[in-house]
Parts: sequence; C-alpha cells; structure tokens
Amino acid sequence: MPDVLNFHFEVDGDDFKSAGHASFICKKNLRQLGISPEIIRRVSIAMYEGEINMVIHARGGSADVNVYEDCIEIILADKGPGIKNIKQAMQEGYSTATDNIRSLGFGAGMGLPNMKRYTDYMDIKSTVGEGTTITMKVNFE
Amino acid sequence: MKVKDLANSDLFTAITLPQGDREINGVYVGDLLSWVMGRAQSDNAWVTIMSNINILAVASLSDTSCIILAESVKLEEEVIKTAMDKEINILSTNMDIYNTAVYLSKVI
Ligand SMILES: Nc1ncnc2c1ncn2[C@@H]1O[C@H](COP(=O)(O)OP(=O)(O)OP(=O)(O)O)[C@@H](O)[C@H]1O
Ligand SMILES: [Mg+2]
Repeated sequence: MPDVLNFHFEVDGDDFKSAGHASFICKKNLRQLGISPEIIRRVSIAMYEGEINMVIHARGGSADVNVYEDCIEIILADKGPGIKNIKQAMQEGYSTATDNIRSLGFGAGMGLPNMKRYTDYMDIKSTVGEGTTITMKVNFE
Repeated sequence: MKVKDLANSDLFTAITLPQGDREINGVYVGDLLSWVMGRAQSDNAWVTIMSNINILAVASLSDTSCIILAESVKLEEEVIKTAMDKEINILSTNMDIYNTAVYLSKVI
C-alpha cells in the first residue's frame, strides 16, 4: 500500500488551551484534498479524542496521519504512563481524570469508545511506564 | 433554519457569527465534551453552559453549526478571538437549557 500523503504533528503536553490544534489543522488539510465531509468528521473526532488524551493523560506526544488510496490511518504515540488495563480503559464511563480536568468537561470516559466507534480499525499498544501507541483507520468505502 | 436567523431573534445574541449561513438541522444538549463529540450530529446546534476554550475544538471537529450558550454564560475575550479564527458561530441566550431546547424544537 503506497503512502500517498503524511501529516505529522507534535502535540504539546503542557498547553491545555491549544489542545485539539493538531486535529484542527489535520481537518483543514483533509478538506483541501477534497475528502468527503463524513470521512473527515470521523477522522477528526477519533483524532481529537486521541490528541486530548495525550495532553491530559500522557504529557503530550505525536500524531501521524497517513492518507492511503483506500483509507486514512491515524497513529498517536506518547511516552506517558501507559494504560495498565486496556479493556477497562475502553469501557464507557471509565476515567482516571482529576477533578480539575473534569471541571473543564472532560473525564466522561467516552474518548476511547468514541475512537472505536468512529473508526473501522483500532489497535492500542501500551506498556506501563513507557507509553502508548494507538493506531486507527477509517476506510473510504 | 439558518444560524443567522436564530441570531436575529430577540431571545438570542450573536457573540461570533463568521458562518451565519450554516443550517441548523437539529439540536444536541450537553456539557460533557466527549459525549458531545460522540453524539452530536453534523450541523446540530449545540446547547451548553460550558465556556472554556476546549468547546471550540469540540464544535469545530464534530462539525456542529453553532454553540448556544444558555443561562447567559460569558466567554473570555481569548475564547471569542479564537472562535473567530476558527470560524465558529456562538450565540448566547438568557434562557436555561430546558427552555432553550423547547424553544428550538418549535422554530427549527
Ligand atoms: N494516552 C494515554 N496514556 C495513558 N492513559 C490513557 C491514555 N488514553 C487514555 N488513557 C486512560 O484511559 C482512560 C479512559 O480514556 P477515555 O478517553 O475513554 O476517557 P477520559 O479521557 O478519561 O474522559 P473523556 O475522554 O470522556 O473526556 C483515561 O481516563 C486514562 O486513564
Ligand atoms: Mg479522553
């Protein structure tokens, strides 16, 4: 599967206010490529949830978006604390967010379920103390 | 109904209106951001009392047609400026969330 295009973003872990910026720029880029709004929306939602998780839970990381002929792949990688129990983390309502974070409207425990819901493929690789890499794909058809 | 039509009614005030021609095709109500992200539909009006800057990314990426701040919730200047940059419509009303939703169900 040849790479058609790659967008790379560094996601700042300290900057809560600009969290979501990588997803916003990515959305703009995908629009310029003439990709359908529904596909862009699914990619945007999945990427944003992953991006904000890296900011809240992992002190930042990186995001790579690869546009292939048949799908868009999103790879989010961080060197945060890792996820001990992935199955538990994937459950709707599970969250370790602090009160401070919750007061901003986060911490419903719906981010990972949203990522699953809006993508055709999702894989989480995580090692406690080392970090987390999440790969997602949204198919064009 | 278009966002600008709602902005012109007596019960709502436009805080930002860079895309007034956007159509409102339904309504989603909620304050928990990842619920909104997962459940709001494209072109919905999103009614909330949340006012921190993260609402802008949520509105933009979930593609809602406008944010409606109920209960006359105020925004910081920085949030308003960023909303203009990101071309996000924001309206304000002094109605509470319930009455905002009831009103919207009659007019859209
Ligand atoms: N990149 C990550 N690194 C470490 N832990 C993570 C990461 N992403 C998610 N988690 C863990 O998984 C839990 C569930 O994540 P999820 O995104 O579903 O909910 P949340 O971020 O807590 O709340 P919400 O997304 O609804 O605002 C988090 O509370 C956190 O403990
Ligand atoms: Mg989350």
